[in-house]
Amino acid sequence: MEVGKVKRVAGPVVQATGLKASMYDLVLVGEEGLMSEVIGISGNKHVIQVYEDTGGVRPGEPVKETGAPLVAQLGPGILTSIYDGIQRPLTKLAEESGDFISRGLFVDGIDHKKKWEFKPIVKKGDVVKAGQTIGEVQEQLLIKHKIMVPPRHKGGAIKEIYAGNFTIDETVAVLEDGSKITMLQKWPVRQARPTIKKLAPTIPLRTGQRVIDGFFPLAKGGTAAIPGGFGTGKTVMQQTLSKWADVDIVVYVGCGERGNEMADLLHEFPELVDPRTNRPLMERSIVFANTSNMPVAAREASIYSGMTVSEYYRDMGYDVMMTADSTSRWAEAMRELASRLEEMPGEEGYPAYLGARLADFYERAGRADVLDGGQGSVSVVGAVSPPGGDFTEPVTQNTLRMVKVFWALDSKLTQRRHFPSINWLDSYSLYDKDLEPWFVDNINPEWNKNKSRAMALLQENAELEEIVMLVGSDALPEDQQITLEVARMIINFWLAQSAMHPVDTFCPYKKQFDLLAAILKFRDYAVDALTKGMSVDQIKSVPAKDALAKVRLESEYEPVLQKVMAEMDSEFKALK
Amino acid sequence: MTKEYKTITEIKGPLIFVEKTEPVGYNELVEIRTGGELKRGQVLDTSDEIVVVQVFEGTGGLSKDSAVTFTGDVIKMPLSPSIIGRVLSGSGRPRDGGPEIVPEVLREIAGAAINPACREKPRAFIQTGISTIDGTNTLVRGQKLPIFSGAGLPHNDVALQIARQAKTLGEAESFAVIFCAMGITNEEAQHFLADFERTGALERAVVFLNLADDPAVERILTPRLGLTTAEYLAFDLDMHVLIIYTDMTNYCESLRQMGAAREEVPGRRGYPGYMYTDLAIQYERAGIIRGKKGSITQFPILTMPGDDITHPIPDLSGYITEGQIIVSRELHRKGIYPPIDIRPSLSRLMNSGIGKGHTREDHRAVSDQLYAYYAEGNDLRGLAAIVGKEALSERDKLVLEFADKFEKRFVNQGRDEDRTIFETLQIGWDLLADLPESMLTRIDDKFIKVYHPKYAGAAKATEAPKK
Repeated sequence: MEVGKVKRVAGPVVQATGLKASMYDLVLVGEEGLMSEVIGISGNKHVIQVYEDTGGVRPGEPVKETGAPLVAQLGPGILTSIYDGIQRPLTKLAEESGDFISRGLFVDGIDHKKKWEFKPIVKKGDVVKAGQTIGEVQEQLLIKHKIMVPPRHKGGAIKEIYAGNFTIDETVAVLEDGSKITMLQKWPVRQARPTIKKLAPTIPLRTGQRVIDGFFPLAKGGTAAIPGGFGTGKTVMQQTLSKWADVDIVVYVGCGERGNEMADLLHEFPELVDPRTNRPLMERSIVFANTSNMPVAAREASIYSGMTVSEYYRDMGYDVMMTADSTSRWAEAMRELASRLEEMPGEEGYPAYLGARLADFYERAGRADVLDGGQGSVSVVGAVSPPGGDFTEPVTQNTLRMVKVFWALDSKLTQRRHFPSINWLDSYSLYDKDLEPWFVDNINPEWNKNKSRAMALLQENAELEEIVMLVGSDALPEDQQITLEVARMIINFWLAQSAMHPVDTFCPYKKQFDLLAAILKFRDYAVDALTKGMSVDQIKSVPAKDALAKVRLESEYEPVLQKVMAEMDSEFKALK
Repeated sequence: MTKEYKTITEIKGPLIFVEKTEPVGYNELVEIRTGGELKRGQVLDTSDEIVVVQVFEGTGGLSKDSAVTFTGDVIKMPLSPSIIGRVLSGSGRPRDGGPEIVPEVLREIAGAAINPACREKPRAFIQTGISTIDGTNTLVRGQKLPIFSGAGLPHNDVALQIARQAKTLGEAESFAVIFCAMGITNEEAQHFLADFERTGALERAVVFLNLADDPAVERILTPRLGLTTAEYLAFDLDMHVLIIYTDMTNYCESLRQMGAAREEVPGRRGYPGYMYTDLAIQYERAGIIRGKKGSITQFPILTMPGDDITHPIPDLSGYITEGQIIVSRELHRKGIYPPIDIRPSLSRLMNSGIGKGHTREDHRAVSDQLYAYYAEGNDLRGLAAIVGKEALSERDKLVLEFADKFEKRFVNQGRDEDRTIFETLQIGWDLLADLPESMLTRIDDKFIKVYHPKYAGAAKATEAPKK
């Protein structure tokens, strides 16, 4: 390996001479061996971005090559980890350097000493191909980690395969051609891992959030964007999703996020109990935490590290949800590095390749037939934080071109403490049509009908509210006043959902359907009562209406709802 | 490396360019001597041929003959417990006529990032005595909560009131205030100092003053010195530190000035592309470390140019800080103090610091309900202006009245009025009690039964005979 020399240092960008490294190769800069990546080559000069603070680095210091690009270490032991942007476990970093992160630390992404019990599922003589599972490790109580032949391996017949306890570096199988297979794979983070083929998005990803599942569903393997200026409840949304989405593995990438919020997450996550299994949620989670004050180049890499780990679990046939919070901070990192490189800026100072990079990233999502033969998915929820809430800015625009679901967080709703603050008029889901058959077959044939009815009411409500702003609600015809009231019920009783309330935080499909059906039933009663000559005030003061508001807070809601509906029936009948 | 160079080739604004040096480290501290004067600077760009240095005390008086020494070390701040009570300049030199700080330790001012895994989740409620903060935008220890304000608004009074009144419930703990002034006028600085002296706060404060006529480059140092001091007090001396810096807008202006001098590719509105990271490095030095007793709570003040919250400075700040307190011109014009508009204000860490065991179990619900009707009442004002109050429905009239009363009784308070959180919640309940009970949709029935004045009175009446 060549050793070059530092020529120039300006912030996180270093120029060096005397290297033979290729683009994106990992190199170690300076006496301290700071982890860095080659991001440009011109003449005999290599341009290098350093993942750590460069204070004190001098011209003339050595630059060592490693001969490989930045890779993620993949194998048993990834789950429950909390990493920085370049897959260094934060707890290990703390053991090495204390409460503050110092420089030049090398820590493996997974424990190389720990022994795992490997159970082969193929036997001597079987022919295996790239990506095929040859054995399993019980990584966590409920998660089996499949040990696969690495992708792009030429495969072959098994010559030897061993059962027993091994570290990730020890050989667990030998193929006829002599190649050895261990439980450790290394994969360059900037490259997508291969699959057989991507599949259509026809299965919904259940989140237990009424406004999402009911109105703007995400498909397994789908991509969604949460744009929101600061203070729109974006982070709470993403954390709620991590807790409740029905996926096997959750990968959370905190890219340029706040330290205290990461602390909150790291504090809360291990305490969370998976509602389906009663096991800690952390057992099926991986967190990448690169806060805004940690080095900018590592922030840029964190998204790729997270995606590579997600794809690895997808390849085992799992459903993975990757949350990237936030891609704007990631784009910001790209912009900062581009400006340090004195590249010609594109729109608003972002590099011209911003769109291409975002597209590359979102394209790595999807449900797929994996090499192993099963199916797995990576769903991506990316947050964008447009400056000043301006959706026309380049990161939001480029993201919207790529993603299929848009949950428009609205600061007006936050101000009214309406959560989740997803604006029901501006949001959309392009998976709507793909997913409709699933809801009809699995939940209720009326699912789509009720949804359209509710949406139409909200739409009408928005138009009526403009008139109300001018003339007041009393001036409206009575049937429109009822529409306003029913829309208000949909908004307050159904769309609003408290992430803090132990029951309301998760709403199963059937409950979502029943609650909405009950509100629509109220409308039927109300319209009927109007035609019988009752006044709007009479209808509005039906006690069952207020009782309906609190049904969502009940865990055994069905008897309560039945009772409320029975009361509603008799109360409307009693109106004179 | 104590060699002296007299090889300055170019002096441009706050920068000097030095040629043909031994290898010099990035970010290294540089001393420049001219006449009898010693100036300090920092390496911004280093290569074999040329080294670019930013000079903190300004380049006035420097010439090509000035002697440049590269110290081989990064900038460090001398620290000892005796720093408490001192008034220092924006670059850390005594400004109160006292002696230099005799260091017990020297700390790098750049500040390393706290490992997120070592952070403790902030959850200790800080009572500021201001209802709009305690009640609806609660501050917790370790938080960074900026005040977004505009020119001519009383943000300094609000900051001072917070500095005076901030306390946690129940316990007496050692705490300190660090005040960093960046580019504020002499008059404003006097105002702060006079208040500190009046209330005796100076005895437990460290003041860094960079005034409007001090060199702009020095401002880049000021918050770093303040935060390094804060880390020392918090994590070495176990103190709870409240750091107030004003005005962040001036700090960012300095960054822009430096960027322009270095001919960097400018980002939004001419501010450098790395401003987000730079601000993050300052703001993220707030927090609590697991196993350490102290904490750092930040109150940055920034004036929004043209009251524009989308301006890059408030915008980027908002992405890093845990919420914001917005000082509103509209409320100020109505004569309401503190003119805090709770609608766009937010405290992201509020939930972890309120409720049972922190403040009171009904806190969240009361706050949400107040928010909801104040926001709705504000919307109705527009409607009432068009159609007249009379045309509103009974319900809407109630909400409209609620918004007015909310501003007069909940938001408005005296400059020395130190309300406890329970007084704040009581005012909230009194206001909500004027609405029919069926309108309190965001409050659980069980809280209504306990805290609603209607029932609370009854509960007290039944208790009374026992005495």
